[in-house]
Amino acid sequence: MEFLVASAIGILTAAGIYLVLRLRTFPVILGISLLTYAVNVFLFASGRLTIGAAPILNDDMTTYTDPLPQALVLTAIVISFGMTAVIVMIGLGAFLGSDDDHVDDQREDEGTKPEGQP
Amino acid sequence: MSLFFIVALPFLGALLPGVMNAAGRAACAGVTFTVTLAAFVGLLTNLPAVLAGEVVTARIDWIPTLGLNFTLMLDGLGFFFAFLILGIGLLIIAYGRHYLSRKDNMGEFFTYLLLFQGAMVGIVLSDNILLLLVFWELTSLSSFLLIGYWKHLPEGRQGARMALTVTGMGGLAMIGGMLILGNIVGSYDLSVILQNREAIQADPLYLPALILILLGCFTKSAQFPFHFWLPHAMAAPTPVSAYLHSATMVKAGIFLMARMWPVLSGTPEWFVLVTGAGLITMVLGAVIALFKHDLKALLAFSTVSHLGLITMLLGTGTAFGAMAAVFHILNHATFKAALFMSAGIVDHEAHTRDIRVLGGLRKLMPVTFVIATIAALSMAGIPFLNGFLSKEMMLEEANHTVLFGSYWLVPVLATLGSTFSAAYCFRFIGHTFLGPVRDDYPSKPHDPNPGMWLPPAILVVLVVVIGVAPFLVQDFVFLVAKSVIGGVAELETKYIKIWHGLVPALYMSIIAVVGGLVLTLLFKPLLAIWDALPRPEAKVIFEAIVEAAAAAARAFSHSLHNGAFTRYAMIGTVAIVAAGYHAWITGTVGPATRELQPTGPVPIAGWAMLVAATAALVVLHRNRFLALILIGIVGLMVSVGFVYLSAPDLAMTQFTVEVVTIILLLLALNFLPNRTPIESSSLRRVRDAGVAIAGGLATFALAYHYMLRDAVTTPISEFHLANSYKGGGGTNVVNVILVDFRGFDTYGEIIVLGIAALLIYALTETLLGGPVRARLLNRVPDQPRAGDMHPMMMVVLTRVMMPVVLMVGFYIFLRGHNEPGGGFISGLVVSIAVVMQYMASGFAWTSSRLRYPYHGVIGAGVLVAGLTGIGSWFVSKPFLTSDFTYVRIPPFNEFELATAALFDLGVFLAVVGAVMLSLESFSRLARRADTEDSEHPMDIDPSRDDPLPYGASDTAAEGN
Repeated sequence: MEFLVASAIGILTAAGIYLVLRLRTFPVILGISLLTYAVNVFLFASGRLTIGAAPILNDDMTTYTDPLPQALVLTAIVISFGMTAVIVMIGLGAFLGSDDDHVDDQREDEGTKPEGQP
Repeated sequence: MSLFFIVALPFLGALLPGVMNAAGRAACAGVTFTVTLAAFVGLLTNLPAVLAGEVVTARIDWIPTLGLNFTLMLDGLGFFFAFLILGIGLLIIAYGRHYLSRKDNMGEFFTYLLLFQGAMVGIVLSDNILLLLVFWELTSLSSFLLIGYWKHLPEGRQGARMALTVTGMGGLAMIGGMLILGNIVGSYDLSVILQNREAIQADPLYLPALILILLGCFTKSAQFPFHFWLPHAMAAPTPVSAYLHSATMVKAGIFLMARMWPVLSGTPEWFVLVTGAGLITMVLGAVIALFKHDLKALLAFSTVSHLGLITMLLGTGTAFGAMAAVFHILNHATFKAALFMSAGIVDHEAHTRDIRVLGGLRKLMPVTFVIATIAALSMAGIPFLNGFLSKEMMLEEANHTVLFGSYWLVPVLATLGSTFSAAYCFRFIGHTFLGPVRDDYPSKPHDPNPGMWLPPAILVVLVVVIGVAPFLVQDFVFLVAKSVIGGVAELETKYIKIWHGLVPALYMSIIAVVGGLVLTLLFKPLLAIWDALPRPEAKVIFEAIVEAAAAAARAFSHSLHNGAFTRYAMIGTVAIVAAGYHAWITGTVGPATRELQPTGPVPIAGWAMLVAATAALVVLHRNRFLALILIGIVGLMVSVGFVYLSAPDLAMTQFTVEVVTIILLLLALNFLPNRTPIESSSLRRVRDAGVAIAGGLATFALAYHYMLRDAVTTPISEFHLANSYKGGGGTNVVNVILVDFRGFDTYGEIIVLGIAALLIYALTETLLGGPVRARLLNRVPDQPRAGDMHPMMMVVLTRVMMPVVLMVGFYIFLRGHNEPGGGFISGLVVSIAVVMQYMASGFAWTSSRLRYPYHGVIGAGVLVAGLTGIGSWFVSKPFLTSDFTYVRIPPFNEFELATAALFDLGVFLAVVGAVMLSLESFSRLARRADTEDSEHPMDIDPSRDDPLPYGASDTAAEGN
C-alpha cells in the first residue's frame, strides 16, 4: 500500500511539474491542481497509512489513524480551491485583456504571432 | 529622571513639531526646544550620581532569548556625549528657527532633528550592543532625511544617498562585528563585554570583529578611505551640518571606539589600524581643506581632519591619548559648531559661501567676524583658546608614539597636519572677513538678528573660558577619560595647563602656526600647483562603484528573475530537488520500523486508474475538455484513496471540492481557447520531462521512506485523540481539531478563503469595468451553443433535488462533531445545490431569487466565528475556548450543544459565501449581448409557449 501511495504522489508530482512548465495558462493551472493533489496526499501520508481506523472515537476500537494531518489537509483542500479560483481568474483576465494566454510575456516579434488563436 | 525618559523624550517629542506646524514657526521651534530642554534637564539630574562615579542604569527585558534587552547605562562617557548632543542640540534648534526660510517646512525639519537626537542619545546611553546597533542604524536613517531635507536640490539627494550608503554599509559590517563580540563573551550587555578584555583579545575572531567594528566606526566618523561622504553631506541645511557633521553624528564612530576602548585597544592591530587611519585622515583632510573654496566644504574637510586627529589619539592606546581625545572632542564640538553656524550666517546674509567672492566682511558683520575669528583661531591652535590645549596634548602624545618602528613618522605627520590646519583657519579668517570691502556680494551682508548669532556666541564664550581656565573642566575631562579607560590603564592626573615649559610639543606648535601663516601667504602659487595636480574625484569613483554593483546585481538577478514564470518554476524545482538530493546523500536514514499495509486488487485497480488518468492527462493535455475530464478522474481516485485510508472527512471534502473546481474550470474554458497549440520544441519537452521525472522520483523516495518509519517523537495527535471527547465533546477527532483544538487556524483559513473570493470578485469588477466588457458582450463563442440552454428536465430535476441536497447539507453539518462531516463539507454541499440552480435555470433567474449577497454571507461567517471566539472572553477564558453541554428537550433524546457548533456555523457560512461568490463572478463574465437574460427558468415551457390544448380553461392560461 505504501508503495502505491508513494508512487502515486511521485507520478502526480512529475505530471504536475511537467504541466507547470508548459507555456499556456490552462495546462499550468492543471499542473498546479495536480501538484495540489500530490502535496495534499503527501501531507496526509505524513500521518502514516492506516486502513479501517478512521479517527471517529468508538468504544470498540483502541487505535486510530493520526487525525492531525487530516485536519490540516482538509482546510488545505478548501483553500486550494480558493487559490485555484484566483489563479484561473488571473489567467482569464490576462487572456481577455490581451487575447493571449501565454504564461510568460512574449517578446514583441513573437507576440504578434496568432498562434493557437481561433 | 529615568534614563528611559531621556531617550524616549526626543522620540515622543518628534510627533509634536509636525502637529505644531500650523501654529507658526515660533511655536514649532518652541516645542522642539522645550522637548530637548526637558531631556537636557533630565540628564543633568543624573549629574551628581555620575560625578560621584556611579553608573546609572535602567533595564527592561525585551527579547531575553536573543540577548536583546532594553538596557541603558549612564557613565562619564555617556553623560559627556549626551550632554554634547542635547546641549548643542538646544543651540542648533534656536539657530535653526532663524536660519530656515518661510518656504521650508519647519515641522518636518524639527521632526527629523528630534528623531536624530533621540537615536543619538540612544547610542550613547545603550548598555546593550544590539540595542546600540538599532539606534546606530536609526541615526543613519534620520541623517539621511536631514541631509536630503531640501528635496528639490539634486546635490542634497545625492549627498543623502551617498551618506546613507556609506554609513549603512558600515553599520552592516558593525552588526557582524558586534555579533562576533557578543558570541565571544556570551552576553550582549556592554557592561559585561567591557569586563572581558583578555577573553576577547585572545580569541581568534578578535581581528575579524575588530575590523568589522572599525568599518562601522570609520564610515560613520568619515575616516580614510571613507572620508568622502562627509563633504557631500554638506548639501544639508547648515544647522544640520553644524549638528550632525561637527558635534554629534560623526562623533558616533569616535564614541564607539572610545566605548570599546577598554576591550579592543592596546593590541598591535588596533594601534596600526586606528592610528594609521587617523593620521592619514588628519593630514589628507587638512590639505584638501586648505584648497576648498566653499566655506562649508572647507569646514567639512577640517572636520574630517580633526576626526582623524581624535581617532589617532584613541589609536595610541595610552591613557593620556584617551584623555587628550576626550578633551579634543569637547573642544572640537564647541569651536566647530560655532564655525559652521558662522558659515551659515555668512551664507544666509551674503547668499554665497564661495570664499573667492567674499572678503572684507569684517566691517559689515563685526559680530560674526569676532565669533568666527575666535573659533577659527582656536581651531588653528592659538594659545588662550581651547583648541590650543588639546592640540598641544595631541602633539605631546604624537611625540611618544612609535609607528612602524619609526620615532619621527608620527610627530612629523602630526606637525604637518597641524600646519595645514592652521593654514586653512587663517585662510578662512583672511579670505572671508579681512581684506577690502567689496561691492559685488550677491546680497549686501550685515549681522543677523541675535537669534542667529547668540548660539555660536555662547559656544565661543566656552572656547575662551576653557582656553583661559582649563582647570574648570579638567576634573570633568578626567572623569570622562576614566570611564573611557575603564580601569585598563592608569591615568596619571597630569593637569591641563597652558604652559608646560619648553617641551617639544611647544616647538611643534610654533612650527605649525608659523608654517600655517607662510602657507596662507603663499596661497596663490600653492593653489595653482594644487589645481594642476591630478586628483581622484571621490564622487565619480563612488558613483562608478555603485553603478557597477547595481549592474552586477542586475545581471545576476535578471538572469534568474526575468519575469518568466516558466523559468522560476524550473529554477525552483531544480533547486529544491538538488537541496533534497544533497540532504539525501549527506544524511542518514534509519531502518524501516513500520510494517507495510496490506494491499489488494481493489486498491491496485484504483491506483492504476489514477496513474492512467494522470499519464493520459499529460499526453492529451492539449485537448482541454478532455484534460478536464481526466483531472476529474484523478480527483475522484484521490477521494477514493482517502476513503480507503481511514479519512472519510477528507474524502467528502475532496469530492465536493472536485465538483466545484470542475465547474469553475468549465466556466473558464468557456472563454479560453479549447486547444493548447504545440509551441515548445521537442528538445524543450524532453528537458522538462527530465526535470519533472527527477521531481517525481524525489517526492516518491521521500514519501516512501517517510511512510515506512515511525515519527521520531510521539505525535501530538495522542493528545487530540485522548481529549477529543473529554475536552471537546465530539467523537469526530478531525472535526474537533478543526473547530476546537486548532480553531484559530481554521479561523484564519476561512478569512483567507473569503479574501480569495473577494479578490476574484474585484478582478471581475475590474474586467467588466474596462474595455474587456465590450469585447465580452459582443463575443462570438467558438463553440456552437446549445439550442435549449436551460433544459426542462434539468430544471425540474435540480428544483426537486434542491431541498434534498439542502437537507443533506444540514445533516452533514449537524453530525459533523461526531461523525464525518462538518461546516466545510456541508458548506460545499450547499454551494453545489445553489450552483445547480444557476446551471439549470440561468444566471438572471437564480440571482434575482437569492436574497442574500455573498459578500455578506462571507462576512457573516467570519463574524459568527469571530464572535464565538470572543464569547469566551466573557467567561474569562482565552479566545476561542470552547464549551459544551448536554441537554434534553422532550420528546427528543439527549443531545449535545457546543459552542464549537456555532463556530462551525461560521465556517459553513464563509465557505458557502466564498464558493458562491467565486463561481458567480465567473458566470457574470459569460453574459452576452446577443443572448437576452431569460426571466424564465426554462427556455421551453409547454405551459407558456405551447398553444393551449384544446378544451383547457382560459383562466389556466392567464395564470401563467
